[in-house]
Amino acid sequence: MSEHHEHTVLADDPRLKLVDRAMKRLQYQPDALIEVLHTAQESFGFLSRELLAHVAACLKLPESQVFGVATFYHFFTLRPKGEHSCIVCTGTACYVKGSGEIVHRLEKELQVRAGQTTADGKLSLGTARCLGNCSLAPMLTIDDQVFGPETPIGAETKVRQLLEGSDDKS
Amino acid sequence: MTRAELAELAEKEQVQRDAKKLRLLVCCGTPCLAAGSEAVVAALRQKLAESGSPAELEVVGTGCLGPCSRGPLVTVQRKGTPDMVYERMDPQQAVALLDAYLAAASLPQQNLLPEDLPFFRRQQRVVLQTCGLIDPEDIQQYIGHGGYEALAQVLHEMTPEEVCDGVTASGLRGRGGGGYSTGLKWQLVQKGTGSRKFVVANGDEGDPGAYMDRSLMESDPHRVLEGMAIAGYAVGAEQGYIYVRGEYPLAAQRLKTAIRDAERMGVLGSRVLDSNFSFRVDIRIGAGAFVCGEETALLASIMGRRGQPRIRPPYPAQSGLWGCPTLINNVETFGNIAAIFTMGPAAFASIGSGKSRGTKVFALCGEVCNTGLIEVPMGMPLREIIYDIGGGLPGGAAFKAAQTGGPSGGCIPASKLDTPVDYEHLQELGSIMGSGGLIVMGEKSCMVDVARFFMEFCLDESCGKCVPCRTGTIEIYRLLTRLCNGSAAARDLENLEKLCHLVKDTSLCGLGSAAPNPVLSTLHWFRDEYEAHLTDRRCPAGVCGMDVKPLHLMAEELLQRVVASRVNGEAF
Repeated sequence: MSEHHEHTVLADDPRLKLVDRAMKRLQYQPDALIEVLHTAQESFGFLSRELLAHVAACLKLPESQVFGVATFYHFFTLRPKGEHSCIVCTGTACYVKGSGEIVHRLEKELQVRAGQTTADGKLSLGTARCLGNCSLAPMLTIDDQVFGPETPIGAETKVRQLLEGSDDKS
Repeated sequence: MTRAELAELAEKEQVQRDAKKLRLLVCCGTPCLAAGSEAVVAALRQKLAESGSPAELEVVGTGCLGPCSRGPLVTVQRKGTPDMVYERMDPQQAVALLDAYLAAASLPQQNLLPEDLPFFRRQQRVVLQTCGLIDPEDIQQYIGHGGYEALAQVLHEMTPEEVCDGVTASGLRGRGGGGYSTGLKWQLVQKGTGSRKFVVANGDEGDPGAYMDRSLMESDPHRVLEGMAIAGYAVGAEQGYIYVRGEYPLAAQRLKTAIRDAERMGVLGSRVLDSNFSFRVDIRIGAGAFVCGEETALLASIMGRRGQPRIRPPYPAQSGLWGCPTLINNVETFGNIAAIFTMGPAAFASIGSGKSRGTKVFALCGEVCNTGLIEVPMGMPLREIIYDIGGGLPGGAAFKAAQTGGPSGGCIPASKLDTPVDYEHLQELGSIMGSGGLIVMGEKSCMVDVARFFMEFCLDESCGKCVPCRTGTIEIYRLLTRLCNGSAAARDLENLEKLCHLVKDTSLCGLGSAAPNPVLSTLHWFRDEYEAHLTDRRCPAGVCGMDVKPLHLMAEELLQRVVASRVNGEAF
């Protein structure tokens, strides 16, 4: 696929309107880069190189700076995410209470490394530095829903139920 | 809105509140929501509607009440009786409670927390005074509890200089960890010259194991805004930014609602409370970088750049956002401001001990019975916090260490349990107050492993700008890994200590210079554990794998096998 062609694909994407609208609202200020990237990621799920180039051009910033910011922050991802997400908190309280075992179990049973997405694109497994729910330690979120205190087996069951549920629907 | 109108509204709210015969406050903090408090609220509201929604009854979804491990929590307020708090309520139990009241029967005793529970009795709530009592998305409830009264008082009765003096007199120090005098900082910014000035609230609470700021922003957003507005008036700023950690979407959403409501009411925006002072607040959402808790990195991030710190001076008070004087304080620091002026700086300064004045909010968690959010006067001994308020360790297990200050702090051993918790005493022990995470560890935790955990955090979060932090944290982590897997060599411990001091002394910002603290403090108090790992290749807590042999042992074994094969005449 030629680069030119990809640009046309991006230009036709209705999600791009959301990003353009955000940039207009922020008056194309270069200082608003992080806000714009937040909106872009919310709309597209991830930040493609084409999208970053588009943002750079609109905000009149060097592409290198936009790429630099996008890769500096943990929140931004340059790769597509899975359909569902499971994030295990590995903050101190959760760590002391055994969140490491939960991560190991999920990694082993679901055949996916933390920080990556399963081969079928169904699930992204992630870890977080601290989700601020230390009283629920060890805790995790599945599609933004909070669960805790959790056990390795309990976590696996919940994720499996989620994945099977989504299979039924499709 | 004028000051008189504010007072009128506050009184009206109070009268309305007093007219209720029964108020059911359901905690809707994140942990309680996870435990199902939303269903409890829904069930109670439905029951109320079924019984014809009597005007003297009310159900309120509030912010965080504190004992988070006991959720969902329901507080019963009845006229003339002390509040009753029920723990672990499900929808049926909550409805049964309401039924009992409607049938004029006595309220059930099941799940009722004892009235004199030390968890509540030993606390002193200044910052959290309205957390758990009001609906965070209803500005009128905040006003009904005396909200924005301090701002009105400051705007109409005091000069900016007097406000700065008041904060200095209160003895308030930065609650984000540094402990710098808040009043002095305000005075610096006030005296600074620039075309514009800014006020920034640091809500980038990155310490793992700390969630005071999240709870405050979620449960009482207006208190933070009021503190920021007072600061804006004192230093001469018309624009404020509140930087919320990306992991806290609920906090950002509640703050957004709060700012909109406050502007509508005229307690923020142009001509605040009918004075000549204007103040706007914008939210900036972080994007997941621990280093953005450092003030210069945070400012870079607000300006849309990579969150990398720079050399100070110039301090943000002289040259901050876009080169203008900028006041930057922690969210909890701003949470103290309104109380200073409603209770008076002298009364505020009477709380606490030594040079640490006022209260501190802690997130008490780890191996402790009552986990949750607590606020205690500065200088309370650690033992009282853990054993009286926290209820000790589950199953009466032995206490090993308390970790404060997150990846920049250290561990306090059992022999120092009677230390008063304030800035100076914690520093003496090689730890820091930090933002307020307090993690209790029992015998099951290995101190070397804990140090390694924090170093992994720091190496991952190092921004990469300066060499000591970027490469030093990796090397320290390698040495700790060798200790934990049993492959450490004799000189590793010595090298570890040297390297820690090097990184501490030469890093550019607070992240790097404090990164070795967890290692140094555990080395100081738990050296025997490090030595057991090194010389005996044994983990006393049984956490570390110890499954890799050190080089010299491998060489020895190889040699033995070679010798054995020679003697026996076997092929090697």
